[in-house]
Amino acid sequence: MSDLQPFEAVPNPLIAQPDFKVPAEMDAAIDELISHYPKKRSATLMLLHAIQERYGFISEEAVNWVAKKLELQPINVLEVATFYPMFKHRPVGRWHLKVCRTLSCALAGSYQIHQGYCKKFGLDPHAHGAQTSKDGQVTVEFVECLAACGSAPVLMCNETLHENVSEAKANEIVGGCK
Amino acid sequence: MPQEHRLILKNIDQPGYTPDIECYLKHGGYEVLKKALAIQPKDLPEGKKQSGPEQIRDDVKLSGLRGRGGAGFSAGLKWSFVDRRSGKPIYLICNADESEPGTFKDRQIIHKDPHQLIEGMVISCYANDVKLAYIYIRGEMPEGARILNQAIAEAKAKGFLGKNICGSGYELEIHVHRGAGAYICGEETGLIESLEGKRPYPRIKPPYFPAVLGLYLCPTIVNNVETLCHVKHIVAMGGAEYAKLGTPNNTGTRIVSLSGQVKKPGYYEIEVGKATLGELINDPAFGGGLRDGRQLKAIIPGGSSSKVLKAGERFKLKRKAEGKEVEQEVGVLDLPYDFDSLAAAGTMSGSSAIIVIDDSTDIVEALANLSEFYAHESCGQCTPCREGSLWMSKTLHRLTHGGGRAGDADYLVKIADNIPGGRTICAFGEACSWPVQSFVAKFKDDFVAKGKADEEKRAKESAAKH
Repeated sequence: MSDLQPFEAVPNPLIAQPDFKVPAEMDAAIDELISHYPKKRSATLMLLHAIQERYGFISEEAVNWVAKKLELQPINVLEVATFYPMFKHRPVGRWHLKVCRTLSCALAGSYQIHQGYCKKFGLDPHAHGAQTSKDGQVTVEFVECLAACGSAPVLMCNETLHENVSEAKANEIVGGCK
Repeated sequence: MPQEHRLILKNIDQPGYTPDIECYLKHGGYEVLKKALAIQPKDLPEGKKQSGPEQIRDDVKLSGLRGRGGAGFSAGLKWSFVDRRSGKPIYLICNADESEPGTFKDRQIIHKDPHQLIEGMVISCYANDVKLAYIYIRGEMPEGARILNQAIAEAKAKGFLGKNICGSGYELEIHVHRGAGAYICGEETGLIESLEGKRPYPRIKPPYFPAVLGLYLCPTIVNNVETLCHVKHIVAMGGAEYAKLGTPNNTGTRIVSLSGQVKKPGYYEIEVGKATLGELINDPAFGGGLRDGRQLKAIIPGGSSSKVLKAGERFKLKRKAEGKEVEQEVGVLDLPYDFDSLAAAGTMSGSSAIIVIDDSTDIVEALANLSEFYAHESCGQCTPCREGSLWMSKTLHRLTHGGGRAGDADYLVKIADNIPGGRTICAFGEACSWPVQSFVAKFKDDFVAKGKADEEKRAKESAAKH
């Protein structure tokens, strides 16, 4: 018996956010979203988007809140929040730079743009996933095809798409991130 | 001279054309919807009556419209599979999860002419007795989602959506649903799972054909953005008239997304089959040729999943000439850009996204890039695809980072051959292995040489150490 090692607990992908609270007007907007669907569960993605738009990431409290709101088990929401790459489990910077990595953009120099940003903000260009600068201001991420291949290379800064991004334009974009 | 034929893109990019409803109405917007709603029941010879919606469905079938999303399946036939006797509600979902690398046509429609899509949707919903429809837009298009929400609100205010549309008594709601960055949501059953609030794991067919057991296990139609826009034009022109556009079995027009190493990348609408691959790449009306001093190396003809074509390849195509079937040898650049010709050349026109690769590009690097995409996007449900896509990507990574082996080319094909062919639930298995199979088959020397060079370098280094 003594040879048996206890299973190591799988680390929780989510972090705590003790001050998580949904204000009344957001709650009303969420109720409206839920009314779009014959079954409440369908609203999961839209609710997670709404929460991420407000708080920047999805916390454990957020998952539990969504589960309660949609009358689901927390695991039903957790499995969604951990599958889709757009949902973040840690706060991201004020400026989230998503550089397109896929072929048409790569042929037009998106790797150089990504590398340039990583160098500028002290990040590892070979690391997977989103990385945030030490001061917490800027997050750089290599993402898959953004469906704007005709004007490659492209990147998104928060919700704005920038097309035909030259080196100069890439610098200009982060110059505006203040 | 090949030319653009702008049907869907007619107003897009015209000076002064804006995405709001006033501008759309000024350009004859929603007139086709009024026409569709006013179609009167028609007497059939056997004394039966054919309703307006049935006539629209027949017209779409007659038009020969093939889905513009990727599979190129007959839209009219897809509609005819819908189970209309189940007593359950019928849903329609517009697939706006445009994520196939190379494709960017739907973005133009959504951003610049959203009401055209909504009109096409309302007509399609009316034809199929749908009361609730969704637009599943990819998460990376927040601006597109805002524009569509705005357009829906405008259409509702003018009575083109909601209760009693244009006084006809017909009722329809459309809602925008946002994805969150997963390519697999473009697969229709994955999309349905995602819309139900779950992980987008594709469903197995049979039994889960959307036309019978789709959203909430009700009959569901999933159509691409461009396909739904075409329905509007089919009703406007009549199916028979529409079928005169393009070539037989490849009717209508199609928006081609051209990207990669050409002078003028962009989106061009052509009559299907009325321009060749070469014209699309080289003609001044389209791509304008390769950059100066560059030679063509390869063409990805229909989105990243389609099998690559090599410069200089020749194909034997069966063609109808003067009523007889003749075999004709055709060079890769002379392939008519339609569904059937590309299928005959062993590839597909897919989502009509052409990626041009010139001789400045390392073909192994290009495939490594695509394989990384598929490794990232496999949903992980089926083992051959989850493991295989990652395995191929890892092999290509070492081949492009100095750790290659001469045998890697064969190794890659061995993995790729073991993913598709009924071993996976959805077509992603095919999508991730086709590029690998075709790239390695057609550019094998490049792959072997790269691996060999790495092996020799390692042997030299180890000899120097001892």
